[in-house]
Amino acid sequence: MRFLREIRLVYVRSLRPPLRSPASVIVGMAMPLVYLVLFGPLLQATTGGTGRDSWRWFVPGMLVQLTLFSTAYAGFSLLPELRSGVMERLRVSPVSRTALLLGRVLKDVTLLLVQAGLFIGLAVVMGFRASVGGVLLCLLLVALTGIAVGVTSYTLAMKLKFEFALAPVLSAVVVPLMLLSGVLLPMKLGPKWLYDLSRANPLSHVVDAARALTVGSFENRSVLVGSAVAVCLVLLCTFWGARSFAREQA
Amino acid sequence: MIKVRKLAKVYKFHGHPVPAVNGVDFDVAAGEIVGFLGPNGAGKTTTLRMLATLLRPTSGEAVVAGCDLLSDPAGVRRRIGYVGQGSGAGTEQRVVEELTMHARLYGLSAAGARTRVEELLGEFELADAATRQAGSLSGGQRRRLDIVMGVVHQPDLVLLDEPSTGLDPHSRGNLWEHIAKLRAQHGTTVFLTTHYLDEADKLCDRILVTDHGTIVADGSADELKARVAGDLVALETADPVATAEICGRLTDSKDVTVDGAGVSFRVPRGNKVLPGLLRELDQAGVAVTSVQSHRPTLDDVFLTLTGRSLRDSTAG
Repeated sequence: MRFLREIRLVYVRSLRPPLRSPASVIVGMAMPLVYLVLFGPLLQATTGGTGRDSWRWFVPGMLVQLTLFSTAYAGFSLLPELRSGVMERLRVSPVSRTALLLGRVLKDVTLLLVQAGLFIGLAVVMGFRASVGGVLLCLLLVALTGIAVGVTSYTLAMKLKFEFALAPVLSAVVVPLMLLSGVLLPMKLGPKWLYDLSRANPLSHVVDAARALTVGSFENRSVLVGSAVAVCLVLLCTFWGARSFAREQA
Repeated sequence: MIKVRKLAKVYKFHGHPVPAVNGVDFDVAAGEIVGFLGPNGAGKTTTLRMLATLLRPTSGEAVVAGCDLLSDPAGVRRRIGYVGQGSGAGTEQRVVEELTMHARLYGLSAAGARTRVEELLGEFELADAATRQAGSLSGGQRRRLDIVMGVVHQPDLVLLDEPSTGLDPHSRGNLWEHIAKLRAQHGTTVFLTTHYLDEADKLCDRILVTDHGTIVADGSADELKARVAGDLVALETADPVATAEICGRLTDSKDVTVDGAGVSFRVPRGNKVLPGLLRELDQAGVAVTSVQSHRPTLDDVFLTLTGRSLRDSTAG
């Protein structure tokens, strides 16, 4: 089908620059790595549970944090091409606007999965143990979330058009989303208003689902909720993104 | 190849309508090279971008390469090539990879794209730069690369927006040769915008002179220049007053001006008028020290049509 072919062409094109400078991919992991290495061990001490349980609680949350930080800023890569005339050239070609968006996002999700793999590897070194099936399903959930966040980032970039406009919007959104998703400490520890706020954050449900999957309780309700949230996010964000990409035709 | 009727684009700026294109009408036949000439702000780029389906017209209609612009923009996109003012190649992409991908977007197979790209790289003198990143190319090379991207799918119509702006004189001349070859060797129709008089003069069969969103003249360079009241003849003599008087008596002479020792005026077919004029001045005992006859330039055309010099308008 032509649409899939176009997505593949855009995807391969988008992968070339990061493949040429893989260092930037590693640097993109910096934040979650820092938390893993410098905060993770502290968590072991505070929760008082066995080391294995703490890592199983902590690592999925960190994977979602990695997803957020890795894909939320994806939109920046669009801005130079928007300014230079590349996007204009692509928009005059017969390629579907949605393919232009999805091809790029798939690149970001691919890089995200590579980062997630490295992250899990390092976590295993630090003491993380979980079922392979659980971790793979976790990665699927993370990939879906990455698509949703990435699409949103590109759509915002398309609308805001400049770094000085995009950066504050993303920064204002990313950190609260992270803090309200329970990745660092359980939200139940805080006051009710904070907990309620976190329930309104779709990412906290994704985190809960990821944790359930890692522990192996696939029939846990959070898995269903989290997966449904992720799928809904993907559909909503992609719909919004595709419309914006098509509409910029003015 | 292009049929435009009453095409207009009005922007809304804080609630005030700002007309960029005021209802233009024109036709471009297959195989022509037609230029949109006008100062910055005349609406040339806006018109071109509407024809390229990048902007939606506010009103009017157009048929581009056989497809209706408003109802079948996808059809237009398949059939045209567009070279915008910016550079269409990603700076971090390798030239040959970027081109091959672009060709495949138009439906060429992987092998077909490779062959076509190789062919074009050779034709446009970019074979040496094929494996380099697009960002490392010189200005002239980048512009040629942009044109290659515009013609990789062998469109019948190519739209060029200010193709040689920013290039040095050698690169400009080189670019014009390649543009002319598009029509000469492939029969491609070319529609370009420019604010350079020499570009319009050298390249275009027909020129549409635009100002403030409307077309003020439509014709070949020669036809437009013939509209101006003739050639400019400039003399330097020992007796400017007498010279001016004699020049003024010539048939069809206009705008006789005296400036120090110099006298200038406009007359059709200056080259035919000069021999007789010089004989008359000689008989009247006026010593002529220098004489020049200039064919009208497009700047003269623009001045006649709009009351402003194109050079001044562009500089502003």
